[in-house]
Amino acid sequence: MSILVDKYTRLVVQGITGNEGLFHTEQMLDYGTNVVAGTRPGKGGEWVLDGKVPVFDSVKLAVEATGANTSIIFVPARGAADAMYEATDAGVSLIVCITEGIPVQDMMSVRNYMDQKGVRLVGPNCPGLLTPGGAKVGIIPGDIAIPGNIGVVSRSGTLTYEVLYALKLESMGVSTCVGIGGDPINGTNFIDCLRLFEEDPLTDKVVMIGEIGGTDEERAAEFIADKMTKPVVSFIAGQTAPPGKRMGHAGAIVEGGSGLAIDKIRALEAVGVKVAKHPEEIPSLLK
Amino acid sequence: MKLHEYQSKQIFARYGIPIPKGRVAATAQEAEQIAEELGGRVVIKSQVLVGGRGKAGGIRLAKNPDEAEDLAAQILGMEIKGLPVRKVLVDEAAQIEKEIYLGITNDRAARKPVMMASAAGGVEIEEVARKEPEKIIKVHIDPLLGLRSYQANDIAAGIDLPRELWKTFGQIASGLWQAYCACDATLAEINPLVITSDNRLVALDGKMVLDDNALFRHPDLAEMRDLDVEAPSEIEARKYGLSFIKLDGNIGCMVNGAGLAMTTMDIIKLFGGEPANFLDIGGGASADKVAAAMRIILADPAVKAILFNVFGGITRGDEVARGILTALQEVKTNVPMVIRLVGTNAEEGRQILANAQMITAETLADAARKAVAAAKN
Repeated sequence: MSILVDKYTRLVVQGITGNEGLFHTEQMLDYGTNVVAGTRPGKGGEWVLDGKVPVFDSVKLAVEATGANTSIIFVPARGAADAMYEATDAGVSLIVCITEGIPVQDMMSVRNYMDQKGVRLVGPNCPGLLTPGGAKVGIIPGDIAIPGNIGVVSRSGTLTYEVLYALKLESMGVSTCVGIGGDPINGTNFIDCLRLFEEDPLTDKVVMIGEIGGTDEERAAEFIADKMTKPVVSFIAGQTAPPGKRMGHAGAIVEGGSGLAIDKIRALEAVGVKVAKHPEEIPSLLK
Repeated sequence: MKLHEYQSKQIFARYGIPIPKGRVAATAQEAEQIAEELGGRVVIKSQVLVGGRGKAGGIRLAKNPDEAEDLAAQILGMEIKGLPVRKVLVDEAAQIEKEIYLGITNDRAARKPVMMASAAGGVEIEEVARKEPEKIIKVHIDPLLGLRSYQANDIAAGIDLPRELWKTFGQIASGLWQAYCACDATLAEINPLVITSDNRLVALDGKMVLDDNALFRHPDLAEMRDLDVEAPSEIEARKYGLSFIKLDGNIGCMVNGAGLAMTTMDIIKLFGGEPANFLDIGGGASADKVAAAMRIILADPAVKAILFNVFGGITRGDEVARGILTALQEVKTNVPMVIRLVGTNAEEGRQILANAQMITAETLADAARKAVAAAKN
């Protein structure tokens, strides 16, 4: 029915007492997500949302007391790296980091640490995951998608909502939507999600939303050509973005690719992926 | 945030990287004086944050202090790729035997910093990367371990550096790594790192790009920002934590999320319009921030219509609506506005704006068409 999150998800919310943490915990509970705990150092023992969710001083204590297996992070950028290390050490298997603006060097260290520990990260700077009718781990508005057989993976946040909404207006349902985030260094990437969707018996088609920068879309195109049997439809944001004023040579040397939308679109079309001109065109390309 | 050459080299020097003797000058007289102190032959280098300074005539060799004064006066009057030259770096001239490239940046695909070096340094390094990638040595650095000495030796061997220079090279590589880490750089680059005729290694040029997201822990570096490279509206936007880029069109855009902001620009263009800006109000924007964004868009006289496209998630439609109302009370305007609110608290937002005389739209395509039409009237 889904990938990564479902009714077996037992969620701990890091930064649950902050504005965003509290607001979105309530939304996740309303959606039916099994939110078992929250954390905020110094507020252990309290309860939030009318006694619905217990607060712990640490993720470790929350995991021990509630069996939480997934963490979502709403901690501000300067504390987010620490929150990710904490969740990794506490033994959850999936960490979803919503926070935006995390320094990239922090992310490189965090990502390498998680890889050593075998923990999966989604994000940061992402809207999280939504398995319509199953669970919501993140901030994607629950009412903009209905259950179905289309897997959605996206580097963008709100653009993802746009696509889900366009699908819903055409009565097209979604198995799972994964917002992987647009930061240069993140966790789960396009290829990871494409592989999971390819293996998921209840996903029949996949929508991949990319944007300018990096070469992840080009790598995904190679994977689609080699490994995917299910059809993939794509949209790439930033076709009219002015080229950045780049300084230094290292970026071009290390990445090889241009990062331009046109090159990503060509790479995808070359392997048979239909690329939409705008997000609302996606449903017709899936038919 | 990009640093000037002189700023980058000052940082490099702090980490033990040898740089030429020299100082920065804002006037031709100062340049002459510095040349005098350095004892004659100097290089006058324009300090602007664009590439191709040399080809634009912004880097010149002066044989004596008088010539230094003349050349500095010329260069200080120049504009290079639209940027005024306000400072020149006056460096002692080096006797160059060989030019090497050495840099560190983030490798997104490997999710690690990568140190790169090439014996074919200098201005053609990108050409080398394209045509003869085997001439560039790349070594990934585990961010949890840092650059190890053996890695620096491997690089030195890989670029056929004379063995007597390996020790110094190791110190320079280590210094560059430390500078990259300590400053939260996304790029730290020495091009060229030269071998001088008396067999020393010197960082003749330096570039650093810092991670804007990390500047909160580097207030000293944040002060080095050169405001010349940005439009005043972009500087104003940054004060409010807005991501704004001025463009040449006439349809102002206010969107939440970078991907959706780019898509909104794309679709405006697809329907025959031209966006006046890229503006991402970010996630969870408050009413204050939205009001600031509106003032910035409306300050551009070219703007003939505004398109608001807000798909609420962490951003709430009611907050955005309140920000728009606040701004409309402050700034009287006749510019037509098209608004599309969807997602978290969108209904509340629509109610707040019910009396604001805005053109409403249901879909993105609908919103774009209406904005393009409004801008033409």
